[in-house]
Amino acid sequence: MANTFAFAESRGGSLRKVAFEMVAAARQAADATGGGEVHALLIGGPGVAAKAAELGQAGADVVHVVEHAGLERYNPEVFAATAAERIKAGGYRAAFFAASAEGKDLAPRVAALLGVSLASDLTGFSIDGNALTGRHPTHTGKIITTVTLTGTPAIATIRPGAVRADGAAKAGTVHAHAPALDPAAAKVQVTAVGAKGDAKLDLGDAPVIVSGGRGLREAANFTLVEELAAAFGNAAVGATRAVTDDGWRDPSTQIGQTGRIVSPELYVAVGISGAIQHIAGMRTSKVIVAINRDKDAPIFKVADYGIVGDLFEIVPKLTEAVRKARG
Amino acid sequence: MKIAVCIKRVPDMDMRFAIAADGASLDPSGMKFDIADFDGYAVEVALQLNEKQGPGESVVISLGPDGVQETLRKALGMGADRAVQLKADVVPFDGMAIAQALAAELKDGGYDLILFGRMATDSANQSVGPMTATLLGLPCVTAVSKLEIANGAGTAERQLEGASETVTFPLPAVVTIDEGVARPRLPSLKGIMAAKKKPLEVKPAQLGAARLTVARMELPADRPPGRIVGEGPDAVPELVRLLHDEAKVL
Ligand SMILES: Cc1cc2nc3c(=O)[nH]c(=O)nc-3n(C[C@H](O)[C@H](O)[C@H](O)COP(=O)(O)OP(=O)(O)OC[C@H]3O[C@@H](n4cnc5c(N)ncnc54)[C@H](O)[C@@H]3O)c2cc1C
Ligand SMILES: Nc1ncnc2c1ncn2[C@@H]1O[C@H](COP(=O)(O)O)[C@@H](O)[C@H]1O
Repeated sequence: MANTFAFAESRGGSLRKVAFEMVAAARQAADATGGGEVHALLIGGPGVAAKAAELGQAGADVVHVVEHAGLERYNPEVFAATAAERIKAGGYRAAFFAASAEGKDLAPRVAALLGVSLASDLTGFSIDGNALTGRHPTHTGKIITTVTLTGTPAIATIRPGAVRADGAAKAGTVHAHAPALDPAAAKVQVTAVGAKGDAKLDLGDAPVIVSGGRGLREAANFTLVEELAAAFGNAAVGATRAVTDDGWRDPSTQIGQTGRIVSPELYVAVGISGAIQHIAGMRTSKVIVAINRDKDAPIFKVADYGIVGDLFEIVPKLTEAVRKARG
Repeated sequence: MKIAVCIKRVPDMDMRFAIAADGASLDPSGMKFDIADFDGYAVEVALQLNEKQGPGESVVISLGPDGVQETLRKALGMGADRAVQLKADVVPFDGMAIAQALAAELKDGGYDLILFGRMATDSANQSVGPMTATLLGLPCVTAVSKLEIANGAGTAERQLEGASETVTFPLPAVVTIDEGVARPRLPSLKGIMAAKKKPLEVKPAQLGAARLTVARMELPADRPPGRIVGEGPDAVPELVRLLHDEAKVL
């Protein structure tokens, strides 16, 4: 029986979906060792402690809360030192961080502070007495590598969406702590966070993603993609690098090896050729639809359903039909 | 500035991979190698910084078997001043084991800036840069898509999900490079000739213990074969029916 640790990522005072997923991952690991406690760590600005109850609901037995006026934004040095201190003090068997922008920055620092190794970006894992075994897509997604991590604590980052956050509620007892370092003394300071676009559904949370590529010909034509997304009602809009490089869409919406890795229920690729670097970011989607005028485009190799033809004729029709189907 | 760039030699990702007989590595026959994508960007960033800011030195470092010398020569051909091979017969999968060897080499190097790629395209661990920085006790900014250095300090931008972050830091520092910062130049013929005479030092790698190991490598299961529903706008009703009745996502 061993306790496990989950880093509960928040932004702007709200918990991110991955926070609950990491609690679920920690629960899975605790259960595999005979049922220990799950401890979550929540770091943020004043008022963030109010979110601890949500982590209890998701299955955290204990929520360690570090509230500080200087920690409204991510501060890599303070977050790393604080997480390392808590993990050391807790004697956990395993510690889980999301393979998100923040978690991928944070987890390696924590591992190095603790002098242990890190398993990255796992899409699934199991744990037994000696080892944590996980599946990790490598080589731009062309290889699935099964890794074995020995040593305690086992630190891992888990790909967003890989673990379902559906645990039974636990006490969520709050323990307050001070940060391990003075935030003002940190050498790296985040001076601004620019929100991109409007606060629509994040690509990581959206059940449906409609993405556009160079086939749209110019930025203005992305309204076709936006209207289709709007018709689904629960969709976010993504893009290829060809499109973000040309400044048609914001870089934060790029899907692929160098952008976001997503696994929605439905991924609709409009005017996208299907380069391996793009496919690396969406191949784990449940259902893939492709619309492309080139019947030999590689995107059709990963698509469940394809329509060959001119997107300018097809997409408006599809938007209309989806709108109707959803009543 | 004195800038170090850590570069990894990786298989060309456009190849069709096959799994070797041990089930835990790639079949090396016919494999081509190159500098990892992001590491190429990092070399370019170092060269541009030194070109802009006057006299400096760009040192490229790669850990691995003698094959990495080819990768180091390529970076020298792009314009790096000298190279260091940290010799190891096998490159461990464990980022921490690699970070320990790189930190030992970088510790007393007197570098103002140490650059890494955001991730190596083969291992995709995305951990060696921040681990090395932490071992060295240096400030570190990861996955940087914009970088400015002036008066002993840096300003960088990084992409988050749906947002971007602006970060400031003092030098010396470690920065890992995402795309968008600089497109790597190709080595010129003159550069390639000059590279042959540039110093390439070989030292044993002081690797840490590997606690993360590869148990198995597999090709991902193919997605079940899809189908072309039809051609042109007339296929839309059938697509919507399939999404509703068969895939149940509508
Ligand atoms: C290191 C590295 C990292 C990369 N990372 C990424 C990444 O993260 N994400 C990413 O997306 N890319 C990435 N790329 C780029 C990638 O290789 C491709 O260049 C890019 O994905 C192509 O984008 P695209 O499909 O929009 O454009 P194209 O490849 O130009 O495809 C456009 C498609 O539109 C179709 N089309 C044209 N007109 C119509 C029409 N009227 N109706 C229907 N279809 C039409 C064409 O048939 C074609 O298939 C990366 C590349 C490198 C080297
Ligand atoms: N064997 C190596 N030699 C030199 N640099 C490396 C090596 N492995 C990793 N790196 C550096 O660390 C970065 C991140 O690698 P990784 O953590 O494996 O994704 C790479 O982009 C390189 O800059």
